[in-house]
Amino acid sequence: MSFVEYRELIQDGDTAIVFLGHDSMFPVAIKHGSQTQTKYGVIRHSADLIGKRYGSKVTCSKGGWVYILYPTPELWTMNLPHRTQILYSADISIITMMLELKPGSVVCESGTGSGSLSHAIIRTVAPTGHLYTVEFHQQRAEKAAEEFRQHKVDHLVTVKNQDVCKNGFGVSHVADAVFLDIPSPWEAIGHAKCALKVEGGRVCSFSPCIEQVQRTCLSLEEHGFTEINTLEILLRVYDVRTVSLPVPDLGRPGDEKSAAGSDSSELSKQTSACELYKSGVPPRETVGHTGYLTFATLSLF
Amino acid sequence: MEASAPVGGQLISEGDYVVLKREEVFKAVQVQRRKKVIFEKQWIYLDNAIGKNYGTTFEISAGGNLQQKKKEITAAEPKEAGADNRNIIDDGKSQKLTRDDIEALKEKGIKGQEIVQQLIENSTTFRDKTEFAQAKYIKKKKKKYEAVITILRPSTRILSMMYYAREPGKICQLRYDTLAQMLTLGNIHANSKIIVMETCAGLVLGAIMERMGGFGSVIQLYPGGGPVRAATDCFGFQQSFYKALYEFPLNKIQSLVSGTFSSRTAHSDQELALDEESNGSVIEKQDPVTDMDEESSPATESEAMMDINQKETQEGAEGSEVPLGHDKGQNPDKKLFAIEKKRKQDERRRKESEAASLLQDRNADGLIIASRFHPTPMLLSLLEFVAPSRPFVVYCQYREPLLECYTKLRENGGVINMKLSETWLRNYQVLPDRSHPKLIMSGGGGFILHGITVSRDSSASNIRSREKSEEPAPKKIKVEESGS
Repeated sequence: MSFVEYRELIQDGDTAIVFLGHDSMFPVAIKHGSQTQTKYGVIRHSADLIGKRYGSKVTCSKGGWVYILYPTPELWTMNLPHRTQILYSADISIITMMLELKPGSVVCESGTGSGSLSHAIIRTVAPTGHLYTVEFHQQRAEKAAEEFRQHKVDHLVTVKNQDVCKNGFGVSHVADAVFLDIPSPWEAIGHAKCALKVEGGRVCSFSPCIEQVQRTCLSLEEHGFTEINTLEILLRVYDVRTVSLPVPDLGRPGDEKSAAGSDSSELSKQTSACELYKSGVPPRETVGHTGYLTFATLSLF
Repeated sequence: MEASAPVGGQLISEGDYVVLKREEVFKAVQVQRRKKVIFEKQWIYLDNAIGKNYGTTFEISAGGNLQQKKKEITAAEPKEAGADNRNIIDDGKSQKLTRDDIEALKEKGIKGQEIVQQLIENSTTFRDKTEFAQAKYIKKKKKKYEAVITILRPSTRILSMMYYAREPGKICQLRYDTLAQMLTLGNIHANSKIIVMETCAGLVLGAIMERMGGFGSVIQLYPGGGPVRAATDCFGFQQSFYKALYEFPLNKIQSLVSGTFSSRTAHSDQELALDEESNGSVIEKQDPVTDMDEESSPATESEAMMDINQKETQEGAEGSEVPLGHDKGQNPDKKLFAIEKKRKQDERRRKESEAASLLQDRNADGLIIASRFHPTPMLLSLLEFVAPSRPFVVYCQYREPLLECYTKLRENGGVINMKLSETWLRNYQVLPDRSHPKLIMSGGGGFILHGITVSRDSSASNIRSREKSEEPAPKKIKVEESGS
């Protein structure tokens, strides 16, 4: 297994996703001889998982079953251990496209945080690109580096433990794109400019508050960035349901004979009439704001 | 590695596909010498852009020629400004220059910048305006009189924004943030095998190809006589990207599923008809890029495609020997043409059978659908060709067909974690003391249904292997909590 290339079979050392149904899943590190407890009973890795095909049904000891899924950055985002607030796939998608990331891109990122975006970037820039990620919190930096090793993508990423606002990204004029998710991004814009290739590139900064955006935009302008554009993306998820609405009883037409073929027959009177239809129902509560995304271009010419 | 090199060089060269940008408006064109390009109501010749860097900004001078614009130092702050507009009266006489005066300035070929300066000097109310209003006035006049364009390298970001603004009908109203979701949710990346069915002028295909960087393979299913790739061409991919791009007709999918497909099957009537048509003497090739403002039916677009194919094969055939015809009365041109046609058909047939065998492996790593057709029957058939534990994404302009699709897939099984979603996009104006949302975009961006495939063979994987393994005795190991 590797986060940047699909494999068919489950192997020792893989990270897999155990899917229990109804949005309930968790990641598991596959290891010879170990076992995983689920509400449907135990899964023994050697007998039940290793050598099986990803996507297959696995019966647990109590007779219930789960699916074992191949880990994609999107599934990882939904299941990773949070060390910080993380970015979700809706924001990650637009960031990836607006930064024009593709195989071969060199990207600088700070902070690494829980590595949610990092995994998505690595997936996109592999096999020939590279991610330089900077995290000033030592434990978080170490944990991220360890995860990259576990997921067999450590050759595509360099983790640095330093303060990006003071010391920058530790590389200069190599990046096609820079991403900032830090409390004071305006202090890192100069370093972002240094990290970008001489011929220019794209930057993105993620901030929850408009005041942060304001200062970042001023800083971007001062440093000569163009095409400065702030946007926000909101994900709306719909539950698919069959809805039935009762038809109101407006009383029976008295002596008046209704037209032939009309619905007011004896039958419809006896059954309580309902209209059925399919609907995409928005959840009662949903995420209303994650953060503002500010994009800009650095161009020499 | 060839594929890791950036597409094209740093400099704009003849034959490149580029994107012109003025303010927020984009247009994709191919650079050709001495060719008039119309952009934002102006004629332009791109000759002077050749040899310049991508990202260069040009001014349009007399005769539509481009002149590189120097990076300007921001003008000094205006000296005087009013506090509010209590004394500004709209009498229509604040501008001392008449329309004729302005026309005369333009006739003389005076730079836009100077015209703007003249307008400011001849505006009696300018000095009374607030700083913000002054800035707004200058911006408005600049937009009108200073024709400045930037030449950019094409990318999914730019092309998807361009198409959504200029040609939303051709891409089923697929908004660019929705396309971004599809690429991510579909886990599109290098070294995978992706099936795509789209009727979005080839924009979705191009976006997928960009994300794969020439590594892996793409099988495009197409309705009718051939895939439409007008937007794909705009990306200007290097030739190597097309090596692992296959196409397969949608109307042969059923035979592939049932196993009755044979690559020897004659081409459908429609294809033949298209061939016949494009065999006309010289068909004006429709350039879908420059004819952006014209409505063209899918049929004519695929015709254009055919023409391109034909051109390529003609170039290819030029070097090949032409056997002498025994038939003395036969026109050698016709003879040559028949040979070409044969070659073309053989080539297409070969590619098609390659695509068929790739599909028949039934191990694709993903499926992306974005078309004007009903998604349900396509999904139910095409998921057959996708390996288990792989993502699929279906786009639809409308929500209702996806509701049905969701229900059908549920009944059918073989998929889990399905989600029906939509994204909203909000742009902001961020300026000191003037920050607010620009415009809300909602509706018209389309809907997405995505999920993950799983194995359908329930019996085989359920049988517990009775082999001896290194299982430890199931006993609880107490983990000592460290008091950190």
